[in-house]
Amino acid sequence: MRVLGDVLLGRRTAQLFFTHSSCEMSALYNFDLLVAGPLCMLIVLVLRRFFDLAERLPRWNRVLSWVWAPALFGFGITAVFRYRNPLLDDAYMLGVYALVVVTLLLLWSYRPARLVLLALAPLLLHRLIKFGLDLGDLRLLAPYASIFTSLGKFTTLWLIGLVLVARSQKRNLAKEQQQRQEEEQARQLIATQNAELERLVAERSATLTQQAATLQQALEELQMTQSQLIQAEKMASLGELTAGIAHEIQNPLNFVNNFAEVSAELLEELAEEQTKPAPDTELELELLADLTQNLQKITQHGQRAASIVRGMLEHSRASTGERSLTDLNALCDEYLRLAYHGLRAKDKSFNATLHTDFAPVLPLVEAVSQDVGRVLLNLFTNAFYAVRQRQQAGEAGYAPSVGVRTRRVGDEVEVSVQDNGTGIAEAVRQKIFQPFFTTKPAGEGTGLGLSLAHDIITQGHGGSLTVTSQEGQGAKFTVRLPI
Amino acid sequence: MKILVVDDEPDVRTLFEQRFRREIRSGSLAFSFAYSGEEALGYLHEHHSEVVLILSDINMPGMSGLELLRRVRTEPAPPPPPRVMMITAYGDEASRNQALALGADDFLTKPVDFAALKEKLLALPSA
Repeated sequence: MRVLGDVLLGRRTAQLFFTHSSCEMSALYNFDLLVAGPLCMLIVLVLRRFFDLAERLPRWNRVLSWVWAPALFGFGITAVFRYRNPLLDDAYMLGVYALVVVTLLLLWSYRPARLVLLALAPLLLHRLIKFGLDLGDLRLLAPYASIFTSLGKFTTLWLIGLVLVARSQKRNLAKEQQQRQEEEQARQLIATQNAELERLVAERSATLTQQAATLQQALEELQMTQSQLIQAEKMASLGELTAGIAHEIQNPLNFVNNFAEVSAELLEELAEEQTKPAPDTELELELLADLTQNLQKITQHGQRAASIVRGMLEHSRASTGERSLTDLNALCDEYLRLAYHGLRAKDKSFNATLHTDFAPVLPLVEAVSQDVGRVLLNLFTNAFYAVRQRQQAGEAGYAPSVGVRTRRVGDEVEVSVQDNGTGIAEAVRQKIFQPFFTTKPAGEGTGLGLSLAHDIITQGHGGSLTVTSQEGQGAKFTVRLPI
Repeated sequence: MKILVVDDEPDVRTLFEQRFRREIRSGSLAFSFAYSGEEALGYLHEHHSEVVLILSDINMPGMSGLELLRRVRTEPAPPPPPRVMMITAYGDEASRNQALALGADDFLTKPVDFAALKEKLLALPSA
């Protein structure tokens, strides 16, 4: 900016220089214009640099490139016509100043531009007044002339001062802008990082979702396997029972056959009696009473066989989970016999005393009877297994015994299955309800029986299944079901 | 001739009484019934020498038929010793051999052929 100041101040010096060196020529040509042209180009250059016109006002910048043209043109024309006017360069300069002002007005929104305009204003006003005076060939009176000259110097100082301020303002602005740019860059960097993070999160989520799906699938497979195992356990226990069931069915069927056959005999006898001339009425009545009784027996044993078949089917069928009012006394009796004969069928030499102690008045229980039946079957089978083990150990005077007792305890019905078998060691007792835990040799037990029984009673019916045992003396399993 | 039938099924009594009604009426056969091995032993103790034949089921809760047979054969009892026929639903060779080894006179399988049984009973020497 000092350069601009020098230029503005130096113009007069340059003019003096030219005036001295070529006074002859200056009388003929307007050399002032030749000096003013480059000066103005210098001003334009300074202006361009200061305000980055190439960027801010590219079109206007190109127009400003031609600012020397009028000076050269003016010089040429006046030289041709030998026209000499010392005010021409001042006029030219004022024109250039006007362009500068227009430039600054165009840059109005840029704060340093407004400040430079303010800086330039007094100088321009001074020049304009001076030009006006020169144009009218007027002279200020003595004191005013020197004041006017002083004011001219002041305007220059004013220009320099404010331009300096403008420059620092420009620097501050540039710094601010740079800061803003840096912030913007930082913001963009953060945005990029955010995007990257989001991408990573999405990637991880996708992986996790996939893992979850895999786990879900594994879980489903496990659940399927579990239900298959449960079914297998049911089938295994059914297999153990087959012989017992066959025995249980065979007995009533024998009765049905026998009573049917004997009834035929009775009818024969009755018919025979009636052909006699004097039938024995008393005998006839007796035969008829027997026949009636036999028919009842046939029905009774037929139903007994049917109920065993029904029970077997229920046992093998997948649980419907439907609860119904169940008579635990009847259920215990049925499964105790099945379990006993099941074992008897496998081992003919086995024998045990069965003790049943059924409460004469036992409330019915809301239960899934086939599930509870499986539990009882499991408990009985285990009890028989335990007494058989102890019997096979060859203890003298040992009498195997398995007992079942039902009773009401408060709001619950209790079924306890007691045996005097081998008993359960403390360490084993803690694990017997765990899945796949078995003390039986490989292939004999799935290890699921008591685990399933526990699940059925506790989770399925809200009851409890507990065990007490004295090792070597026997065990007692107690089922409690809410009424 | 007194025959003691031992079976845990109560309807066996009705069945035997009807199957052998003519023989019972004529007095050629007399039946007593016991529903367990223990009961049978008690009856035998009370009715020394009366029972000529014991017809016993093998599969009974408590004392089994085989145990009863062993007791009858080992415990000292006034002569003559009763004949014992075992009846079982499990008509396998092992059971038969075991019964015969314990001193059974015969071995029948369920369902009982009553016609054959009748012939056997009537053919018994003391009948």
